[in-house]
Amino acid sequence: MRIGKIAPALVLALAAAATTACGGGDTSSSAPKELVYWASNQGTSLDNDKAVLQPELDKFEKASGIKVKLEVVPWTDLLNRILAATTSGKGPDVLNIGNTWSASLQATGAFLPFDDAALEKVGGKSRFLGPSLAATGASGQPPVGVPLYGQAYGLYYNKKLFAEAGITKPPATWEELVEDGKKLTKPDKGQWGLSLQAGQVTENSHHAAILGAQQGAQFFTAEGKPQLASDPSVAAVQQFVDLMQKDKIVNPANAEYADTAKSLKDLSDGKAAMFMNQASAGSFKNIGMDMANLGVAPIPLPATAPPNGRKVTSFVAGINMSVFKNTKNPDAALDFVKFMVSAPEQALLNKTYGSLPTVQDAYSDAAFQTEDVKVFQNVLANSAEPMPQVPQESQFETLIGTAMKGMFADVAAGKPVDGAKIRDQLNQADQQISAGS
Amino acid sequence: MPTALDDAPAVKAAGAPGPQGVRRKRRRVALPYLLLLPAILLELLVHLIPMVAGLVMSFFKLTQFSIRDFSSAPAAGLDNYKFVLDFNAAAGKSLLGSFWISILYTVLSVGFCWLFGTSAAVLMQKDFRGRGLLRTLFLVPYALPMYAAVITWSFMFQKDTGLVNDLLGTDSFWLIGDNSFWSLVVVSVWRNWPFAFLIVMAGLQNVPGELYEAAAIDGASWWRQFRAITQPMLRPVNQVLLLVLFLWTFNDFNTPYVLFGASAPKEASLISIHIYQSSFVTWNFGLGSAMSVLLLLFLLIVSTVYLGLTARRRNAVV
Repeated sequence: MRIGKIAPALVLALAAAATTACGGGDTSSSAPKELVYWASNQGTSLDNDKAVLQPELDKFEKASGIKVKLEVVPWTDLLNRILAATTSGKGPDVLNIGNTWSASLQATGAFLPFDDAALEKVGGKSRFLGPSLAATGASGQPPVGVPLYGQAYGLYYNKKLFAEAGITKPPATWEELVEDGKKLTKPDKGQWGLSLQAGQVTENSHHAAILGAQQGAQFFTAEGKPQLASDPSVAAVQQFVDLMQKDKIVNPANAEYADTAKSLKDLSDGKAAMFMNQASAGSFKNIGMDMANLGVAPIPLPATAPPNGRKVTSFVAGINMSVFKNTKNPDAALDFVKFMVSAPEQALLNKTYGSLPTVQDAYSDAAFQTEDVKVFQNVLANSAEPMPQVPQESQFETLIGTAMKGMFADVAAGKPVDGAKIRDQLNQADQQISAGS
Repeated sequence: MPTALDDAPAVKAAGAPGPQGVRRKRRRVALPYLLLLPAILLELLVHLIPMVAGLVMSFFKLTQFSIRDFSSAPAAGLDNYKFVLDFNAAAGKSLLGSFWISILYTVLSVGFCWLFGTSAAVLMQKDFRGRGLLRTLFLVPYALPMYAAVITWSFMFQKDTGLVNDLLGTDSFWLIGDNSFWSLVVVSVWRNWPFAFLIVMAGLQNVPGELYEAAAIDGASWWRQFRAITQPMLRPVNQVLLLVLFLWTFNDFNTPYVLFGASAPKEASLISIHIYQSSFVTWNFGLGSAMSVLLLLFLLIVSTVYLGLTARRRNAVV
């Protein structure tokens, strides 16, 4: 009776709701091709990103007839959104991924491998910067994306505060940084030598990786087994935590800093004299920093290199562009990737975002000839190594970064963080990574 | 039941049921099921199927390597359970830690919510000027969008720029370290006590006024009236209220997530946050599912024991 009529209708309605709720490009061949693109948040806000990207997408549509539907995804949601899309198989056609996740996402098998043929379609392998291309997946396997925005770490410093303290040049070694930091720390005036995003998990993990490399740490064995609790790793984490604990050149309130904005503001307001961050001239300008006072140098190295220590002052940071294997329009997707990594787009977008082009032919633009940009360019080319390109990389970042966040909280509360405590935490991280392998 | 028995002779009295009668009877039998069908279907889709999926997942080694194709995930047997229940190892130790934090959080939060809700509801019984306004004000935390409310608290708890340190004249951290647990309790109580207030207030409407009048004539004090009339009359309402608050609070994910972000300080790492981190941050869905199943079992046992105890008490009273 009625039940017979209602049930199929209900099932149909539910099925329709389920399919229309999912993303993905237009599949009909007669309709104009349409791609869905998830962009990561690069600009000052999601709206700012839309304002930057939409004219470029319109340009691409005009030239190719392919419409690109844009969604800007905040950083905090990006990895989970990608993971959900990977699980359901219903995701965008093209998307941005943080390049440190490359090997982890590669392991899911959800992304189109950029083999030589695919790389050729987007302009050829030789166009890309070597270090950036190295951060697109595990070595020996076809990458799961191409680099889109290049980034590297540098040490920003406030020239005015340096001049006031009689310091003439930025520190080149950690010993100098601590020494300068002490001269610049005046808690009664609310001024500190260095600002840290100590409550930010990923930032902490990046610094662990950089300092770890300088101390000679290898966080994973050649077989991919985690070994976070090694002597050099413990030394690296201790050195970083000690900037607040022992050297006292960091305001303990930084243990609460979970985003970049506060540290940028501290440097701009003269509350901190130094700040280690990825290229962020655009953000400094936005918050009203007197750009004449802003200097940048590579992150320091130890005065005496520890055994097996590597001359690393940054990891290869940046954003890659990947294509979902499930896309119904792989050719259109590759056309779009090719457009985004073309020299004019690379120059325009990286100029706007204050990042670095990932293709050689975009560097002729005058915007990338300034002294500051050259510092980052040199770091990226000569003293940057990719984060561990292993499938467990995202676990590594989360676990070590969270542990360090807790250590800073302890230091801020006056609880000592010694080597044994650090080793214990890193041992726990090792166990947890192993459980998920 | 009585209606079915009443109906039966009526049908028989009318002689053998004709085709119309059979249809009517069948419709009467089918109608409740038909009306329940959408709810059953949605219940299946929203709750039961994911629950069964979660249970199945807990027996597999489901990580980022196999998430795309569930069927390829290697079986783990009871390994996931063994791993999280090994309290000498990192995962078990941290799970146990989160469990105790959740217990303490639940006891404190539910206790204060009930205390504030009941006190306010009893005080609001008497008619006085401004009662309506006060009632509305009390309900504001409950009516505010959760995210906006909790994020405002997180601003107020900031060390250097927050209002809390300003008002208390302190210089403490509230979002990291030991205090983070207390921040969590404060926000939770602030958000949930209006619910207790609403429910108790509704319960009080059912207490007959004559009881108080009779008690007053007998010379019973306000406290005596509260103990001998209000509390017993509110018992059924309280039983449901406490169970619902317990389940909500123990499973609370939104408050810590919005207050602290994806990585809550270890002092305030509730079990829900812990499971989320295992599943979605370190990408070990099998392990996360095993923890969820254990959590479900715990809540089921507690609820069953609670319902059993309260039913026995009710029967004893009757």
